[in-house]
This record gives sequence, C-alpha cells and structure tokens, in this order.
Amino acid sequence: MSETAQALEAGPGGPEAAAGTRQYLTFLLAGEEYGVDILRVKEIRGWERTTPIPGTPGHVKGVINLRGTIVPIIDLRERLGMPAVEYGPTTVVIVLCVGGADGRERVMGVVVDAVSEVYDLPEEAMRPPPEFGAEVRVDFVRALATVGEKMVIVLDIDRMLGMEALGAGAGTG
Amino acid sequence: MDLERFHQTFFEESFEGLERMETELLALEAAGEGAGAVDPETINTIFRAAHSIKGGAGTFGFKEVADFTHHVETLLDEMRAGRRPVTAEAVGLLLRCVDCLREMLASQQAGERPDTAQAESLRQALEALRGNAAQEAPSAVAPQAEAPAGGWRIRFRPLPHLLQTGNDPVRMFRALAELGELTVRCDEAALPAFGELDPEVCYLAWELELRGQVPRREVEEVFEWVEGDCELAIEPLGGRGEAAPETDAAPAGDATEAPALGQPRERTQSAPAGVSAQRRPRAQAGSIRVSIDKIDALINTVGELVITQSILGQIGRELEGVLGPQLEKLRNGLAQLERNTRELQEGIMGIRMLPISFAFSRFPRLVHDLGRQLGKQVRLEISGEQTELDKTVMEHIGDPLVHLVRNALDHGIEPPEEREAAGKDPVGTLRLSACHRGGNILIEVRDDGRGLDRERILAKARERGLVAPDAQLSDAEVYDLIFQPGFSTAAEVTDVSGRGVGMDVVRKNIREVGGTVEVASEPGRGSAFTIRLPLTLAIVDGQLVRVGSQIYVIPLVSIVESLQMQAGQVNVVAGRGEVYKLRDQYLPVVRLYEQFGIEAEHTELAGGMLVVVEGEGRRFGLLVDELLGQQQVVIKSLEANFRRVEGVSGATILGDGTVALILDVGGLHPAARQQAAA
Amino acid sequence: MATILTVDDSASMRQMVAFTLKGAGYEVAEAADGQEALQLCQGRRFNLVLTDVNMPRMDGISLIRALRALPTYRFTPILMLTTESAADKKAEGKAAGATGWIVKPFNPDQLLATIKKVLG
Repeated sequence: MSETAQALEAGPGGPEAAAGTRQYLTFLLAGEEYGVDILRVKEIRGWERTTPIPGTPGHVKGVINLRGTIVPIIDLRERLGMPAVEYGPTTVVIVLCVGGADGRERVMGVVVDAVSEVYDLPEEAMRPPPEFGAEVRVDFVRALATVGEKMVIVLDIDRMLGMEALGAGAGTG
Repeated sequence: MDLERFHQTFFEESFEGLERMETELLALEAAGEGAGAVDPETINTIFRAAHSIKGGAGTFGFKEVADFTHHVETLLDEMRAGRRPVTAEAVGLLLRCVDCLREMLASQQAGERPDTAQAESLRQALEALRGNAAQEAPSAVAPQAEAPAGGWRIRFRPLPHLLQTGNDPVRMFRALAELGELTVRCDEAALPAFGELDPEVCYLAWELELRGQVPRREVEEVFEWVEGDCELAIEPLGGRGEAAPETDAAPAGDATEAPALGQPRERTQSAPAGVSAQRRPRAQAGSIRVSIDKIDALINTVGELVITQSILGQIGRELEGVLGPQLEKLRNGLAQLERNTRELQEGIMGIRMLPISFAFSRFPRLVHDLGRQLGKQVRLEISGEQTELDKTVMEHIGDPLVHLVRNALDHGIEPPEEREAAGKDPVGTLRLSACHRGGNILIEVRDDGRGLDRERILAKARERGLVAPDAQLSDAEVYDLIFQPGFSTAAEVTDVSGRGVGMDVVRKNIREVGGTVEVASEPGRGSAFTIRLPLTLAIVDGQLVRVGSQIYVIPLVSIVESLQMQAGQVNVVAGRGEVYKLRDQYLPVVRLYEQFGIEAEHTELAGGMLVVVEGEGRRFGLLVDELLGQQQVVIKSLEANFRRVEGVSGATILGDGTVALILDVGGLHPAARQQAAA
Repeated sequence: MATILTVDDSASMRQMVAFTLKGAGYEVAEAADGQEALQLCQGRRFNLVLTDVNMPRMDGISLIRALRALPTYRFTPILMLTTESAADKKAEGKAAGATGWIVKPFNPDQLLATIKKVLG
C-alpha cells in the first residue's frame, strides 16, 4: 500500500512539476555568469547613491527610493565573498522580488558587474550543484545549467536574500 | 472563533445589497409589465444580492434573516429560471420584502431581535404568490444512523478521470482511517505496462475493510465528492444478516444538504408581547468599503505630492531675486498649493482613522464573562469611544488592551467580600477611556482595586536580579518594573491573565507603533495604566539633522531642546561615559556618528550641537553636526522590504528624492542599546 | 505552508474564510469574482481554490471550467461554497471539474475540517 500511496501522491504533482522551459536573466560577477528566474526581475537600473543603514554588514549598501518605497541594495560580490570593485558605468542594480524566510515577499536590489543575456533554459539543462568546490556557497546555488559551451550558475535568490530580512543578530528585537 | 468581528462588514454589504435590489426592482417596476422581455441580468443581480444576504446571515448566525431571505430567494430563483413571470405584483411584494429585510438587519445590528411578525406575513404572501405550490416539505429526516458492530467492506473503483477532479484516494483513505481500523487491498489488474502508463489516469481499484462501530453516513461522507466518479459499494462486514436491512439509502451527499450542517443554533422564541411599531432609522448608506491597499497607495501618492510641493516651494524661493513683478503671483500660487496639499494629506489620513469603539466593543462581554468566572462583581465604564485613531495603530493595541483589562480583573479588583471588608463598594469599577491630547491619543485602563503591591514587586524584582539589592527606587520606578522582561513568570501564571504573556509584551507591542505605556497606582485605591499612542503611523513632524553627509529625521515629539555645548559642562563619568551638565542634570551624550559608524565633521563635544531628546522616560543628548529645517515627513517602512533596525523607526523621502532615516530615540539610549545587544 | 485562494463577492464571507484559514496557518489570497480569481491563478499557483458559485462577472462554475483548462490547475483541489441545496448546482460544478463542496452556512471549524480533507 505504501508504495501505491507514494505513487498516487506523486501522481497529481508529477505532470505539473515538469513545467518545462523557463527564462533566466543572467549577469556577470567576476567573470562568471549567474542566472535568476526572469519572473523575479522587477527592473534593471543604474547604480545610484544609497542611504546607508546603521548596524548592517558591508554587503548591505543601504536603501534607495524606488517610486516611493524603500528598497535595500545588496552588493552581490560582497554577499558571495568576492573582492569588492569600484562601481563603474556598466554597474547595474537588478531589482528582484524575493520570498523571505518569514513568508513575506520583499523587493530588493542587487549590485552586479553587468547584465548579460536572457536564456530559455529547459528543466533538463539544470544539474544539481556540486557538493563543494564552487566559488559560491552551495546553498545559494539552485542549479548549474549548460548553455552551449558556457555554464550558468542559477542562484536561489530566496535563500540568498531572504536571510537579509532576518538580520543575523542585528535588530531582531 | 468569534464571528462577531465580521458582522460590521456583513451589515454594510447587506445594506448595499438591499439598495441594489431596490434599485433594480424599481427599474423593473418603471419598465412596466409587458414592456418586452426582462433583462435576465437584472433578475440575476437581484437574486445574487438576496443570495449573499442569505449566505452571510446563515453563517453569522442571523437565523431569522436567513430564513426569511430564503423565501425571497426562492421566488427570485424561479423568476430567474423563467418559471415565474415578473409581474407588477411580484415586484411590489419583493420591494416590501426588501424593506422588511432592511428593518430586520437594522435590529440585528443594534443587537435586538428582529420583528418576525412582518416577515411572517410577507412569507405567507410570497407563498400565496407561488400558488402554495411551494409548501416546502420539512427537511427529510436523516436516515437512522446505521452502525453495524463489525464495520464496513468498501469496494472502490475510481473512474479513470478521478484524479482530474482534484480528489485524491490516499487522502480519502486517511479520512477513513480516522473513523476506524482500516485495511487496504489494492487491485492493480488494470495497470498497463509502464510504457503505456498515463500518469494522469487512475488505473487502480481498492477493497477496504473498515473495522469499528462507524455509522454508514460517515463512510458515505468520505466518498461524497466522488459520487459519479467511481464505482462504490459499501457493505457491512461479517454476516450479511446481522446488519440492519440495507435500505438503498439516499445517495451520499443528500443527507448533508439538509440544514443539519448549519450551526446548531437554539434561540428561544420569546416574542415580545405587544408589537411596538417602532421604526428603526434606515441604516446609514453613507459608507463605502475600500481596500486598505487602495488607501495606502493614495497616501503614498499624496506623500509624493507633498515632496513635489516642497521642491517647487524651494525653487520658488530661489527665483525670488530673478522674477520681479511675476514673483507675487508665483508666491501666491505656491502658498495655495501648499495649503491644498496639506488639506488633501490630512483628508486622506483621516480615511484611515476609525473610532476606538472598534477596539472597545469587545470589553463589555469580556468583562462580564471574566467577572463571572472569577467571582467578581465589576462595573465597566467606557468613555471617549468616538476618539479616532489610525486603523493600524488600533490593530496593534487590541491585544495589549485585552491583557490590561484581564489583569485588572484578575489581580486588581478584589472579590466582593474583600472589598466590603475594606469598606469599599462590593462592585468594582473598571474604567476604559480614550481622548486626544496634542498629537497623541491617550487610552486609560483604570480600576479601583487593591493597587500594586510595592513590596512584593520589589522583592520579586530583586529575586529575579532585575534590581540591585540595595537600590533605592521611587514608587514610579518600582511600578515600572512590572514591564521588565522576565518579571512575570510561569509561577504566577493564572488561568486568566498570564498565559506566558507578560507586561513586557504589552509594552513591546505598544512601542512597536511608537507608543508608550505607564502605570500609576495607589495602595487600596487602584491602578491606572496609561497608553499614549501616535494618531497615525503615516506622518511625523520631524527635525532634520545632518551628520557628515547623512541627513536624519528626529521626531519633534521626542526633542526637548537643542543647544551648543559649552566646554566647561562636558564631563566623563566613570561607568556612565560622557555626560553633559545641563542646568542641574547630567545628560548622557550619544555620538550619533559613532553609533551609526559614519564620518562626521564634529567629533569634539565642546562647541558641538546637542539635541536633547527623551524616549522611554530617559533623557539624553545626541551629538549632530548641524540642525536643518523642521518639516512633516511621510513615514515609509524599512521593514516592508528589509527588516527592523535598532535605533531607526523608519525612513522618509526628502525633497530631492533621496532617503533619510527616521530615528527611534528610545532605541538610541546607551542602556537600550546594551539591552538590545544582551 | 499551503496557499489558498478564496473567491467570493461577499466581503464578509471572504474575510471570515480568510481569517479562519490564516488562523490555521494557511496563506490566503482573495478575489471578488471569477475573473479576478482567474487572473490571479494565471500569475501564481495556489494549492487550493475555494470559490463561491453566484458571483458577478464570472460565476464559480465558469471559473472552475476555466481553471481546469489551465495546465497548472488540472489536479488542484477546487471546492465550491454553495448554499444551493438543490443537487443541480453541485452536479454542474462537478461536471465543470470541482473537487467537492462546502454547504453554506458553515462555521470555521467545519471549513477547516473540509480543507484538511483535501490538503491533508
């Protein structure tokens, strides 16, 4: 029975899960190409001066006014432990919709070196990230995808940015 | 769960629905009989309105309304289906029904029993119109609960499409397993070869044995939704003979349609003698419901407008030298714009304001029930319930208020004997009041009970290590200890108050909306808790200050004064850090740039600008570089997209479009920061 | 936690349903009629849809039919809230692809028990 039960439970979920091809926006960080689900991207802006927030780690660059709402800006290089670089004319901020660990949706901006491409990636192109050895913390990586000769690191932005809302010790009272 | 919180919405939408019915019925009447075909959508609209009222009334327990509306709906349904002509007579009768419903609802809203006499005569008229054909049969008596001793054998063969109805056999089996002991045998005979398997089709069949004394109806209920989507046989286990005769009972589903599923609602029919012909004023139609999101979007837009207006004002001032004769006109225009903008802003803020009666309304019942439970006699006096405050603020103080009221009843007010022995009225008084004071709203919870016990509080605080054993504390300081985290513990959690929620949570909740709570008490005479809240969370009068390249907003309410520090008054006190002697007070000095980790121009205290602030009853000074202007700012949440930040209550957008942080003075005091870090 | 879409033109019913479900830990989205619901469903995936039958613009039966036509909603449980004691609405709803129904009036406990039945 138990096997049957599992099969049945998988039944209704199965066909839906193989939803097929999705679009990903990719961007560059230190020469590597990273991707995020394009449905999460709200807009792409140039870098602008932020208002710093006291008591936050260095990768939190501060907040900006995005048409009347206050949006935090995260430097992705620093968040991923890469050396910081000075912001230049190609530096862009990708504004994303992030699902927080508390179940709330937040709008956050990430600073990246440059925007690259939009790819259609089928689910089959996704491979699980290696256990170790990658540039980036494994729990931030949702999958590795091969596009022709290139490899795209697809990020789990909820994992990566959802934690910002928890504040890791600062001001959680 | 208390459904009462939804009543207001129900009444409002029902009155709106009646209005809609009335309008459409009048339109039908005006169109006249035989004026061509009636637009089916008109009847549909009327039907839907009645239908919603019936559904809501049934759900929220207004049985008389639900019953009467049912008859109205039945007639409308027949009209809708074309089985009943839309005659002038019918429309006239329906209009009278609308009036009757309006009165019944108004009575319910006022907490009175509706007058059913009129409803009854209209019901008879409705039935007469329908030619008595519709003498509704009393709902069929549910078949005798049949529960054979052994249990049931269930043969269940889903049709291939069953999964596509969203039903899931596994969940159904789980439901069965809750009724009794379930064994499942799966029949895989119909399962095709793997290659031909269509994952969307259900190929399996099951034979189940459910052991235990389970009424047949409960078994049928599990399969209620898949009737027609499967082959199903339910037979008693064991000898066929011993089970009750198997009447081919009503198909699963029918039984549950009877009103049986409705809440059991006994209402004694104590009709008032002598029908008073008292006509209730019609419910006010002067309100519309708008989603709070829309209002907040509007507030945002107005906030932007305020910013634009201030930018224009600034440009106007810069043009003063250039413009010449045109200047006067521009100045007048800008002044007009500023006035209109402010009025618009105030008006829109007003939309979010609700009378505090929304928060107070639950207390008569709560005090009554609790008093009885605790064996105490309590008189509740409420005043100022028309005082308005922001909806969000109101939502935040509901729980703290309940806690304070429960506490007052549980710990404050004495049992009647004790009160009499003390020469007091055996009936205690609990007073809830609200009023506006400056830009704030004050809410007071006052009882005439025994008051706080200074010695007990002090002893307990010492025991918990909250105060030093030798500390000399004023009464106010002692009473304030009850708000300390860790003061109330499980040891004295009673059934009524407590429950692990202490007064520290009350203070925390109130602080979250920028409020404060204080207690005053007199032994034997009672206690009074005073809550002070901002009227709105949306705007604040602020002082802009600059530190280095950053601009911060300090709420004006927390500023005592600002001054330039004199060299001779600056001191360093061991264990307390830097202090500034102002008249006879030593004020701790907080270097804002240091706390926020930014660059500043002035790092010398002497000659520096000190903003003296007060938060959480503590007075201290903030070192800043420069005082800028004062202005009203629109508060934006940092938490919406980020998180709470210590020492910052929110952010605002300045005239040039950049973001400035609004300081939370209470969180900047050195002691508060130590607590936060601990 | 599962996300539930509740569709009803009556705000009080919607509030009551949403409040009850949120209290039980579900996430809840609301729509005032079938069209609004359909739009929401095209944008995101709900674990369960709870819909009234009689609504302006698009009624519950049409909504169910439209949802079942969406690839992502083929197997999603869809429950109708119905006061119709006549079996025809239920039959119509089932034919359109409804999973089951809840008969109005109901109280919060009955609602939760039924939801639990389909969401497990």
